[in-house]
Amino acid sequence: MATKAIVGEKVGMTQVWDEAQRVVPVTVVKVAPVRIVRVKTHETEGYSALQVTTGRRRPSTLTKAEAGHFSWAGVEPGRHLLELRIEDTSGYEVGQEIDAGILEAGEKVDVTAISKGKGFTGGMKRHNFKGQGASHGNHKKHRAPGSVGACATPARVFKGTRMAGRTGASRVTTLNLEVVVADPEREIVLVKGSVPGPRGGLVVIRNAVKVSR
Amino acid sequence: MNPTDLVDRANLRDDVPRFSPGDTVKVHVRVVEGNRERVQVFQGAVIRRQRGGVRETFTVRKVSFGVGVERTFPVHSPMIARIERIVEGDVRRAKLYYLRDRVGKAAKIKEKRQAR
Repeated sequence: MATKAIVGEKVGMTQVWDEAQRVVPVTVVKVAPVRIVRVKTHETEGYSALQVTTGRRRPSTLTKAEAGHFSWAGVEPGRHLLELRIEDTSGYEVGQEIDAGILEAGEKVDVTAISKGKGFTGGMKRHNFKGQGASHGNHKKHRAPGSVGACATPARVFKGTRMAGRTGASRVTTLNLEVVVADPEREIVLVKGSVPGPRGGLVVIRNAVKVSR
Repeated sequence: MNPTDLVDRANLRDDVPRFSPGDTVKVHVRVVEGNRERVQVFQGAVIRRQRGGVRETFTVRKVSFGVGVERTFPVHSPMIARIERIVEGDVRRAKLYYLRDRVGKAAKIKEKRQAR
């Protein structure tokens, strides 16, 4: 499991130059300091995690339950409230702030976000089906999935058969991306390559779990 | 204003001269050989400029020993030591791809006459 994590907002993609003056494609993630609202441990909750909040929110928009939760922790209410699962929470305490300084350039990270929703899509986009021929007498079946099963045995379509349906808008993790810049002062983290989700979406950055040492 | 401007602004060069498609330019490129660095000059006609902030690129075409050579550079790359405009060309298109099909005198770009 990851040993450190932080949450940010995807700003968009651009490029920077590395020391060999080559172009590096990067995703800009705005990482404002997050405030710890609650520390979960193996002893009390059965798993270890940090409940954090980020951003600002007018107190009048909170429900009584939320307001009570924040005032119990003595933390200013934020726009989001989410859990960061990390291995060891012993170094953290309620009210503490975490910023982009926990990451450093060159480090490998995993980035998790909700991917862009594609709506109802066919098998070609959703499961990378090949579709059918453009010619050879094909008529109005160019992007159709083909057969979904056999005949009288089993006389039904198996559960889980891949078909058309809702695509995207699911939790996606991209593994082993490299941190190019982590600047807590400008509240910016640059991650090499692309990151799931739309611009403005919430992304969780954790140190890589499958990195080869 | 782009959302990524807060990162891009630091990477934009402010010493890029004005040049446009049709112009003949000298591009001074830094070349690193081992641990030695020298400057190589690539001279030719600008045949396109693709705008896009920090990602902007331009392509220079020259004919070298009878072979057409095109090189695309990022405008804001630190690899470029200097860009020099030698001749301002008089062209009617933004993308001069038609030069690829022409050789000799037909591939020549008229020089822009300066208004007095």
